[in-house]
Amino acid sequence: MNILEIKNLEITSNNGLVLNDLSLSIKAGERLGLIGESGSGKSVTALTVMGLLPSSLTAKGQVLVSNGESEPIDVILAQEGSLNKIRGDVVSIVFQEPLTALDPLMRIGKQIEEPLRRHQRLRGADLSDAVIATLEEVKINNPARIANAFPHEISGGERQRAAIAMALACQPALLIADEPTTALDVTVQAEILELLDSVVARHNMSMLFISHDLAVVARITNSVMVLKDGEVVEAGSLHDILQFQTNSYTRELVASARQLDDALNLSSLRAEHDK
Amino acid sequence: MKSTKARASVPLIVGLTFVGILAVTALISYFWLPYKLQDMSGGRLSSPSLTHLLGTDKLGRDLLSRIMLGARIALTVGFTSVCIGAIVGVTFGVLAGFAQRWLDESLASVLDILIAFPTLLLAMLIVAGRGSSLASVIVAIGLGMSAIVARLTRLLVKRVLNQDFITASRASGTTWPRIVAIHILPNIWPTLLVNLALQFGLAGLTEASLSYLGLGTPPPNASWGSLLQEAQATVLVAPLAAIAPGVCLIALVIGVNLIADGLRGIGDPTLRSGK
Repeated sequence: MNILEIKNLEITSNNGLVLNDLSLSIKAGERLGLIGESGSGKSVTALTVMGLLPSSLTAKGQVLVSNGESEPIDVILAQEGSLNKIRGDVVSIVFQEPLTALDPLMRIGKQIEEPLRRHQRLRGADLSDAVIATLEEVKINNPARIANAFPHEISGGERQRAAIAMALACQPALLIADEPTTALDVTVQAEILELLDSVVARHNMSMLFISHDLAVVARITNSVMVLKDGEVVEAGSLHDILQFQTNSYTRELVASARQLDDALNLSSLRAEHDK
Repeated sequence: MKSTKARASVPLIVGLTFVGILAVTALISYFWLPYKLQDMSGGRLSSPSLTHLLGTDKLGRDLLSRIMLGARIALTVGFTSVCIGAIVGVTFGVLAGFAQRWLDESLASVLDILIAFPTLLLAMLIVAGRGSSLASVIVAIGLGMSAIVARLTRLLVKRVLNQDFITASRASGTTWPRIVAIHILPNIWPTLLVNLALQFGLAGLTEASLSYLGLGTPPPNASWGSLLQEAQATVLVAPLAAIAPGVCLIALVIGVNLIADGLRGIGDPTLRSGK
């Protein structure tokens, strides 16, 4: 059964078309990488799935979200009340910049409590136990300390782990990751990717992974869709895209990812050599 | 935990001392006054002495007793009108903060017009309609303040609503009323609190102006404003009758300004960390 099915999604703003005729589907446990430069329409796609499209944009088409058991909900037609039932419970999102995605005046633990309190109706000791368990799930050291800290008191990597914990708290069927590693430094990036990979695999979640970087997407998904200026220019398995890309933009993406890979290999070889 | 301890600053302590002395004086006035208000046994315009610490006015009434009563009136007006201003202003401000497009623009213009309308004039109209009483003064000052508080609240709410963490919180299924309670109010209240503290002092000042014009609390109640007005004719003979209420007014306004200054850092944990 499809966890997410998008049919002929079209998003328009006052200035014209933002996204043209996007269709995709993700089954339980499947992962899809959505690649494109900024302005290609990948983030508005994510916001549409969450039902959080700004009022300046209008969406047409069908976006069906389901937890695999219940009847799918069309996010575009759904009212705020039914959207709030699936947000955080059936589908969650991790944003690019954890510092601004967390309320600066609220302790981390309190922010993770919110979805648990609403969707699982946990209270008191059960609630604080669930918060600690969620923080342990995202491999945060000393979860009790982090739960009690404000966002500015912890490191960037810990903040993104906390934001992931907030998204994962209710173990949604679908996790959307919107450039989750772009704001982090390279070593932390690798850790966060590994974390997302393992958590999503452990709970057999589906994932929509959004990035401008093919090298990052390649580490975590096996099928990709390439967007440029609101159009789908290429879609298929990662293997096919790397081997037989037909579109010139995809070719550039692959080339730059290869360059980065080569550079990394070279520097790790040098590091080996220096030892 | 070092990081969460609020450090009381020097302005806060000085401000609290000023306002504290006035508040204690006002409280004492409920239980004990050196002389009854109508007691005219002191002899006209007598100088300060052990029997009349601040001397007497032109009718032979004890000035200290009248100043103490004035403190009670100033603080009562300040406190109650700030309560009205906070409740009415914050409620309308939050609602206006959520309004969009034409509704938002018309609400903003209504607030601007209300603010342009002088509080003194509003007070005169209310007093003309209802007769001069303490309640009229409080209603007039409270309503005038509501518009100012509502405009500030609206701007603060709009600023918070644009933050990423609101989107992130909505993405985990938080309802709008809950977002107001856990994200918006905590984020706007430090700024609001500082503003309300300033409004407290201004309310005391406006009450004095109204009483000076004869629109305030009716005799025999003695407001600092009416004391100043009465002392005006005899200021060269008995300057203390004008100086004493003047000093009290200045102490109130400076006191709440210092408190407002000291409060600035306290609501914001990012300023608290002592880094």
